[in-house]
Amino acid sequence: MASIENRKRYNMRISGLGGQGVVTSAHILGSCMDNAGKYASLVPFFGSEKRMAPVEAYVRASTEPIYEVGEVVYPDIILIYHSQVITHGKSYTMPFYTGLKKNSLVIINTDIDVLEDEDIEVLNRLNARVVQFNATELALKIAGTELATNMAMMGMLLGLTKLVTEENIEAAVRERFLGNSFVASGGTASLDSAIEKKFKKKEELLAKNMEVINKTFELANSIDLTGNELIINLEV
Amino acid sequence: MSLNKKLVDMDYLLNEAPREKHFITGAQAMSEAVKRASVDMAIAYPITPQSEVMHLVGDIYAQGHIKEYYRAEEELGTMSAIAGAARAGVRLFTATSGPGLLRGLEAIVSWPGHRVPCVLGVLTRVINAPLSIQPDNIEMAYLMHSGIIMLHAENQQDTFDMTLAAFAITEKVDVYIPVSVSTEGFFVTHAKGYVEMMSEELAFTENDPYHAPVPAMDNEVPPARIQRDAPVQKSNFMSYLIHSVWQQEIWDSNRRAMKYIYQYLGGPIEVQNPGSDVMLVASGCAAAQAREANRYAQEEGLSVGFVKVRSIRPWPKDEIRAALKGSKAIIVPEHNIIGWLCKEVQASIPNSGDVIEGPRVYGGMTLPVELIMTEIYDALGMKSETLQA
Repeated sequence: MASIENRKRYNMRISGLGGQGVVTSAHILGSCMDNAGKYASLVPFFGSEKRMAPVEAYVRASTEPIYEVGEVVYPDIILIYHSQVITHGKSYTMPFYTGLKKNSLVIINTDIDVLEDEDIEVLNRLNARVVQFNATELALKIAGTELATNMAMMGMLLGLTKLVTEENIEAAVRERFLGNSFVASGGTASLDSAIEKKFKKKEELLAKNMEVINKTFELANSIDLTGNELIINLEV
Repeated sequence: MSLNKKLVDMDYLLNEAPREKHFITGAQAMSEAVKRASVDMAIAYPITPQSEVMHLVGDIYAQGHIKEYYRAEEELGTMSAIAGAARAGVRLFTATSGPGLLRGLEAIVSWPGHRVPCVLGVLTRVINAPLSIQPDNIEMAYLMHSGIIMLHAENQQDTFDMTLAAFAITEKVDVYIPVSVSTEGFFVTHAKGYVEMMSEELAFTENDPYHAPVPAMDNEVPPARIQRDAPVQKSNFMSYLIHSVWQQEIWDSNRRAMKYIYQYLGGPIEVQNPGSDVMLVASGCAAAQAREANRYAQEEGLSVGFVKVRSIRPWPKDEIRAALKGSKAIIVPEHNIIGWLCKEVQASIPNSGDVIEGPRVYGGMTLPVELIMTEIYDALGMKSETLQA
C-alpha cells in the first residue's frame, strides 16, 4: 500500500474504554505535534464517564494549520485500545472501520483474533493494514501496570507514522506527568523530602512510560507495511 | 469605567492596536471582546451553549469591566429589558441560543424599528424536535427578515473581531439598529483556537447617549408624551404610511452598515480564486470546513475557489455575484436542513441552476470535509476515491 509514513495530514479515530486513557493519550499526541512545531486538534467524545464505557477521541495531525472542526468521520488511522470495542460493540462507531479511507492503518490492542471474515473482506477492499499486538501485556511487562496501555498504542502509532521524534514524545509525556513546574536541573536539592519523594515517583513513572514507547518503536521498525499482508501480528 | 483603561476609537482598536496570540475558546473570545467594548449593561437568561459566554461576561462584570449585569427571568423578558435599557441610553450586550432566541424573537424583531442599538450573540443550537443541544444554525433563518444586522463568525478569531466591530456599527448615526454576531455552538464556543487580541488596558470609546440619533430619555422627566396614542389609533391610512416609511428606513439603515463592515472587518466576503470552475460558498463554521476542502482541492490542482460570507445582513449580493461570475458549479455546505444560505446565493446570481444544494448536515452533526470533496469531484465529472462503497 501507499506509505503510511510522512503524510501531510492524518485524521485519526481512537476507540477505547473508559479508564484506558484514550482522551489523555489524545492530549499527549497533540502536545507531541506542538513540540515538533507541527499542528494538531483533538475532540473527545464520551457518554457516561465510567470505567469500561465506550470512549472515542479524534485527533487531526498536520504539518500545516488545521481549519476543520468536529468529529473525524472518515479517518485514515484507527486505533482500537480494547478488543471489546470490536467484540462487544463498545463503540460509537459500528462496525469499528466505518468511514475508514483507502490505504489506511488500523492498530488493535488484543490478545485474540478479533476480525470476522466480513471485516477482513471490507478491509482488504480498502487496501488497509491491520497491526495487532497485545499492548496491555507489553505495558504490564515493561511498566508493571496496564495503565501504560495507551502509551504502547501511541508509541506504535508514532513508530509506524514517524510523525514526531522520540524527543518530542518525551517532552510531551514529561509535560503531562510533571506539569510546567518541572525543573530539569538544580533546584531539586532544595525541595523538601515529601515533594522529592513524589517527584521521584513521577520521574519513575515517566521513565517507565518512555521505556514502553521505546519498545513499541522497536516493534514498529521490525515490520514492513508495504507488503501484501492485511494483518500483521506482533509478539510482545 | 472604574478600571483605568485607555479609551480609543474602533479603527485603532481593531486595525492598529498591537495584538498578542492567545489559545482560547469561542466563548472566551466573545467575552474578551465585550471586556474591551466599554459595555454599560448586560442582561441574559442562560441556555446551553450560550451559558458559557454569559457566565464569562458575569465574571468580567464582577471584575468591573461592565457597570450592570443581571439574569432576566426568561428570554422575552431579557430582550424586552434590552429595548428598555437602550431607551435609557446605555451600551448593551446579550446572547442566546436556538430555543432561547425563538422565545425572545417577538421582542428582537421589534428592536430595529424601535432603533435599539445593541449587540446580540447567537451561539447556535438545534431548535426543532427531537430536542438537542448541538449546533445547527437553522435559527439564523428566523433573524434574516427582522431588519437586524447579521454577522457570522467562522472561528474564535472572527468571534472576537466581529463582536468588537458590532459595538461600533450598531451606534453609527446612519445605522442605529442592532447587530447580531452568530457562531456555531460547541464547534466554536467550546473549542479552543488561536485568537490575536489587543491589550485589555484598551477599550472602545464610551457610548455618548446625548449625541445619539435617538436621544436617551430621562423617564423621571419625560420630554414628551410618548406613544400614548399609537399611530393605528389615528387612522388606518396614517398607520400604513408610518409603518412603510419606518420599515423602509430600517432596511436602508441595514444596507448602510455595509461600508462599516468594509471599514472594520475587511468586507462582507473573503474570496479565494474567484471564477474557478467550482466555487464553494459558506458562512460560519461551514466556512472552516469549506476552507479545508478548498486547500485539498488546490493540492490536487483542481479549479476550485472559495467564498466565505461574513455578513448575512446586509446581504452582499453584488460581491457574491462578482465572485461567482464564470463558475460552472457552486457548492454551498451548510449546518441546517433548509439551506438558507443556498437560497440567498441562488437568488443573487443569474445562473441559479448551477448551485448545488448542499452538502447539508443538521441536528448538530459534524460537516465532514470529505462530503464537500465528493461534491467537488462530482461537479468536475471525476470519480470520487475518497469514501468507501
